[in-house]
Amino acid sequence: MVTPKEPKVISRTSDVDSDYKWGFVTEIETDFAPKGLNEDIVRLISAKKQEPEWMTEWRLKAYRHWLTLHEEEPKWAKVSFPKIDYQDAYYYAAPKPKGDAPKSLDEVDPEIVAAFNKLGIPLEEQKKLTGVAVDAVFDSVSVATTFQKQLEEAGVIFCPISEAIRNHPDLVRKYIGSVVPYTDNFYATLNSAVFSDGTFCYVPPGVRCPMELMTYFRINAEETGQFERTLIIADKGAYVSYLEGCTAPMRKTSQLHAAVVELIALDDAEIKYSTLQNWYPGDKEGKGGVYNFVTKRGKCLGKNSKISWTQVETGSAITWKYPSCILQGDNSVGEFYSVALVNNHQQADTGTKMIHIGKNTKSTIIAKGISAGEGQGTYRGLVRIMPGAENARNFTRCDSLLIGSKCGAHTTPYIEVRNPTAHLEHEATTSRVSEDQLFYLMARGVPEEDAQYMIINGFCKGVFAELPFEFAMEASQLLKVSLEGTVG
Amino acid sequence: MAKRSKNGTKPALLEVRNLHVSVDENEILKGLDLTVNESEVHAIMGPNGSGKSTLANIIAGRPGYRVTAGEVLFEGQNVLAMTPDQRARAGIFLALQYPIELPGIRNREFLRTAVDAIRESRGEDKIAIREFNKLLEAKAKTLGFDADMLKRNVNEGFSGGEKKRNEVLQLAVLEPKLAVMDETDSGLDIDALKVVSEGVNAFRRDDRAIVLVTHYQRILNYIEPDFVHVLIGGRIVRSGGRELALELESRGYDWLRDATVGAK
Repeated sequence: MVTPKEPKVISRTSDVDSDYKWGFVTEIETDFAPKGLNEDIVRLISAKKQEPEWMTEWRLKAYRHWLTLHEEEPKWAKVSFPKIDYQDAYYYAAPKPKGDAPKSLDEVDPEIVAAFNKLGIPLEEQKKLTGVAVDAVFDSVSVATTFQKQLEEAGVIFCPISEAIRNHPDLVRKYIGSVVPYTDNFYATLNSAVFSDGTFCYVPPGVRCPMELMTYFRINAEETGQFERTLIIADKGAYVSYLEGCTAPMRKTSQLHAAVVELIALDDAEIKYSTLQNWYPGDKEGKGGVYNFVTKRGKCLGKNSKISWTQVETGSAITWKYPSCILQGDNSVGEFYSVALVNNHQQADTGTKMIHIGKNTKSTIIAKGISAGEGQGTYRGLVRIMPGAENARNFTRCDSLLIGSKCGAHTTPYIEVRNPTAHLEHEATTSRVSEDQLFYLMARGVPEEDAQYMIINGFCKGVFAELPFEFAMEASQLLKVSLEGTVG
Repeated sequence: MAKRSKNGTKPALLEVRNLHVSVDENEILKGLDLTVNESEVHAIMGPNGSGKSTLANIIAGRPGYRVTAGEVLFEGQNVLAMTPDQRARAGIFLALQYPIELPGIRNREFLRTAVDAIRESRGEDKIAIREFNKLLEAKAKTLGFDADMLKRNVNEGFSGGEKKRNEVLQLAVLEPKLAVMDETDSGLDIDALKVVSEGVNAFRRDDRAIVLVTHYQRILNYIEPDFVHVLIGGRIVRSGGRELALELESRGYDWLRDATVGAK
């Protein structure tokens, strides 16, 4: 009886600039290396970090490899952006230390502490988030890590990677580049040459990390590339849950963020890695915003190991990232849960790779894409079953939700099976917020904008359920803020 | 607040005057009049395609219909100028013929959001979770719901009968002034029909009213109407009491159809 109307166009323009409430700039003195990229800059970064020679050499090898790529970025993703001039950026920016490096929080620039407070990440002893140890990274430099002592008692190493390179060289040397080699791809190679800081975590055998670990990344400086490197190792039977949050000020020029994350799970170990990515998405005309070109990969090296990626991507002008799992150990499990939202002129090309090598390996992919405004969202995924992967299993589900009539949702799944015992399932849907659903909620008294939001939130429910509780609430809020004024 | 008419009498709860409604280019309702006062139960009967569901949907504000003439007043206010959520908050409830599935939204959460939206519009505080749970569980029990159904996503994977019971649960929890039940009895077996009817009867009160849209007089054995109207060809062609429904049961609609044609 109900006539299908033209799908309602709900792209009321909103002032995104004022909606992005994380867009403030912190006035601090910054120590820059000269603009541009060459061997001297790589050596300078390494020297600033007081790195051992093997690390400097590794960086230089990466840099020399990068030169052979002739500034040719990967072209296969469905994203477009103006040519980046890699010589016109700063590769090292750090909050200028007042005297020596801070030894305790009292010595950290109060402006930085205030900035993190404003972001809801208090670093002071008495205000720390309960049950979450935070490594605060400001312009690619770790400024403070909370709960160090409690973690130390449990035997967990959680510190800036620059510190780990100095204090735990054997661990770093053994694993860095073992999952994402410096030759992996253009951005990962660049990162390997110039990474400034990031997080290192090692959980010893049999230890269940007593609290959630979190890194909060904050970009502040202008015209600065951001290159963090994260390395997490869960030794035999260990468990760790790690979360990262990201925000940046509103800048008119775009900023490059090319991070690398490597995870290693040994026998019976489990790593749960969650991301709330809320980098500045650019203004409503598509000016500015972060180019988030990130390589994240985990290796289930040991038998019965498990790596689980959960990401909620609402920020960045461009997102290019594929958190992946190499399922090498027998019976290992890889999971990928993702919500990626694009609004205004945002572009996201994101998904995962599940590489099944070991026997009885299992992977699950749940990807939810939401496209609004003129946003373009692409799911790109690969499930590869190698010849030795007897009885591999994969379940993939990709759902796209469209809001308005100028956005796009694209799905590009690749499946390669080289073992006949594999079982794969793939489900995909594309839908709009249905007028019937909207009416039903409104007919019970719920205002239109709330009803829209409830439907969208319901669409993402399966992914949010994978996040630690507090962050699930935050993710839900983030979604609401990112869509404000777009629906209703 | 309800406006009072000039002579000080309270306006009817629902007043439909000369209502003409089209879907695409087809006129479905062709000058329908209906007055419903507090405490009354009106049954709207008629053959398929006579416009019964159109009437129910237009009262609730469902999109897809075009009003070309006439008006619908609720407590004297022009309903047609209100959005569906405003109507619901004013006290109009529609039990849908085909309830909609809401993936990822739990029944409990759905109902609490609705209760809060209605309370908020009245300037009341949000309902305390404990108080809400108590209310919900009590109402659910009388309708034979198990706790599991409250946890499930709204209507997702529900059987036809469960969906209808869920509509009546919403009615019981939201406590509107006017309940429009669109074929709530269709597809129910006799036991489910009894449970649903009991739910609707429990809702009956002197300050509330019910418009019951139905094909069959069967449900009227359980919910006794004050008035029965026969809707044919977009108009009410006959109104009467309970006995009219019984007459329809034995004689069908054709004699009335012929009568309308003859009257023209």
